[in-house]
Amino acid sequence: MNEQAVHRSIDGIWRIESAKIIAGLARMVRDVGLAEDLAQDALIIALERWPEAGIPDNPGAWLMTTAKRRAIDHLRRNKVLDRKYEEIGWEMERQHEPAWDESLDNPVSDDLLRLIFTTCHPVLPPDARVALTLRLLGGLTTEEIATAYLVPAPTVAQRIVRAKRTLAAANVPFELPPKAELPARLCSVLEVIYLMFNEGYAASSGGSWIRPTLCHEALRLGRILAEIAPEESEVHGLVALMEIQSSRFRARVSPSGEPILLMDQNRALWDHLLIHRGLAAIKRAERLGHAFGSYLLQASIAACHARARTAEETDWVKIAALYDALSQVAQSPVVELNRAVALSMAFGPEVGLEVLDARVQEDSLRNYHLLPSVRGDLLMKLGKKQEAYLEFKQAASLARNEKERELLLRRASECAVE
Amino acid sequence: MRFMMVVKATTDSENGAAPNPEMLDAMRRYNEELARAGVFVAAEGLHPSSSAIRISFPKPNGKPNVIDGPFTEAKELIAGFTLIEVKSREEAIEWAMRMPDPHGFGQGEIELRQIFEFPKLTEDSDAAARVDELHERITRKPRS
Repeated sequence: MNEQAVHRSIDGIWRIESAKIIAGLARMVRDVGLAEDLAQDALIIALERWPEAGIPDNPGAWLMTTAKRRAIDHLRRNKVLDRKYEEIGWEMERQHEPAWDESLDNPVSDDLLRLIFTTCHPVLPPDARVALTLRLLGGLTTEEIATAYLVPAPTVAQRIVRAKRTLAAANVPFELPPKAELPARLCSVLEVIYLMFNEGYAASSGGSWIRPTLCHEALRLGRILAEIAPEESEVHGLVALMEIQSSRFRARVSPSGEPILLMDQNRALWDHLLIHRGLAAIKRAERLGHAFGSYLLQASIAACHARARTAEETDWVKIAALYDALSQVAQSPVVELNRAVALSMAFGPEVGLEVLDARVQEDSLRNYHLLPSVRGDLLMKLGKKQEAYLEFKQAASLARNEKERELLLRRASECAVE
Repeated sequence: MRFMMVVKATTDSENGAAPNPEMLDAMRRYNEELARAGVFVAAEGLHPSSSAIRISFPKPNGKPNVIDGPFTEAKELIAGFTLIEVKSREEAIEWAMRMPDPHGFGQGEIELRQIFEFPKLTEDSDAAARVDELHERITRKPRS
């Protein structure tokens, strides 16, 4: 293998191993920033040595051992307490690098779980949580994260450095949250993953409609979480929601880049493998027998659409009922908006419009383009074209995404025709 | 991106012989590892070709020929597949390298194939805009 080929292989290996290595090191040195530096050191050594010496049989274990040696050197150099040093020496002896296929029942999963709870810690601002999670759990480079978010690389680099500093300054322990804090902390983790997914799914700025990297990374993280925290029904709910939403990638955008609304999508283009996975995740959650949380409810709504072979077959009554339940556990103007849409589909546009005007506080939605967009849609169905036209124009002026704005203007012009 | 790891058929798989327990166990653990890494999408095993049929089209626009299995040349047949979703071709190769030998008696063979993705989604909004513009120019009707 030439040097380039080895470097490419190392890329692949790093993607698979980095989170486990960083998580394992963080448990020992109790500092995710330091853990990542040590893991990076090991990576650099591999990049130097492997082209000549060849790739070891168990590259993950090699990287881990090398990084642990660096950890000991580091602690020695910094004259850290003997106790910590002994702890690590003991760890190294005890573990003795299990063969790859024996590593299934070791504490790797727990370490990964600790790592994700740390990178999604509430002391960090949301964008820092996302960047740090992509970096430490996804193994993405700063450049890759920057490209995914369409921001300059130094901005991301700074965000990550600051995040690590914040974690160290706040003395955030590398531990699983205590039981009492678990629901809230899990909520933060799921939020970060869904934020990442949504940022990719409905790119909120810029011309591109879908940013696949973010969606794929979020889905991958969700799938990992479902394996290492299988008792949490909301984890499966979130995974199901993302699987089903991802199933529509191919159908969501026309060849010329325009968005296609759910009801107008060609369902043959939906990815039925992902739908199948989404439905399976919902079943997994249901088997746990917990009360439905907001992700599971949203996934169940998405599943109603996924199960309908044609738009006409959609079970709107069930969807309206699920939105009712959702508005109980997660009240928000956006949920009310969707609830109104579902009710209008189930029981007619007048009902939808009534709910919309009665329940939605326009104040909180004043700058949200979907409110006039939905009102326009309902008015259009009632034949009130003039009013609908004004609503679509208003919606277009509020939309942040260029493609979305074009769509809304087109709908406005449809009202103006005749 | 998605890849299919295709497990080729062997004399044993074609004879319908049950894989030995160690092999099954290794495969199960491998699939678990894929799931834990968040890359597992699907995996299926196929019946031997003795229950298969082959449909061929010897004449363009002509009637298809239907041939009953079994078919010879085990290496040209497939016995199963695993679908994974990964970040790069290198990651896919690394996972494929870690798959246990599916036969264990010298006939094991795995083929790694990338799955087409459609439409090609791009990360680069400028590139996307250029493609859109090009598409528009191609599809635009000539002015009369």
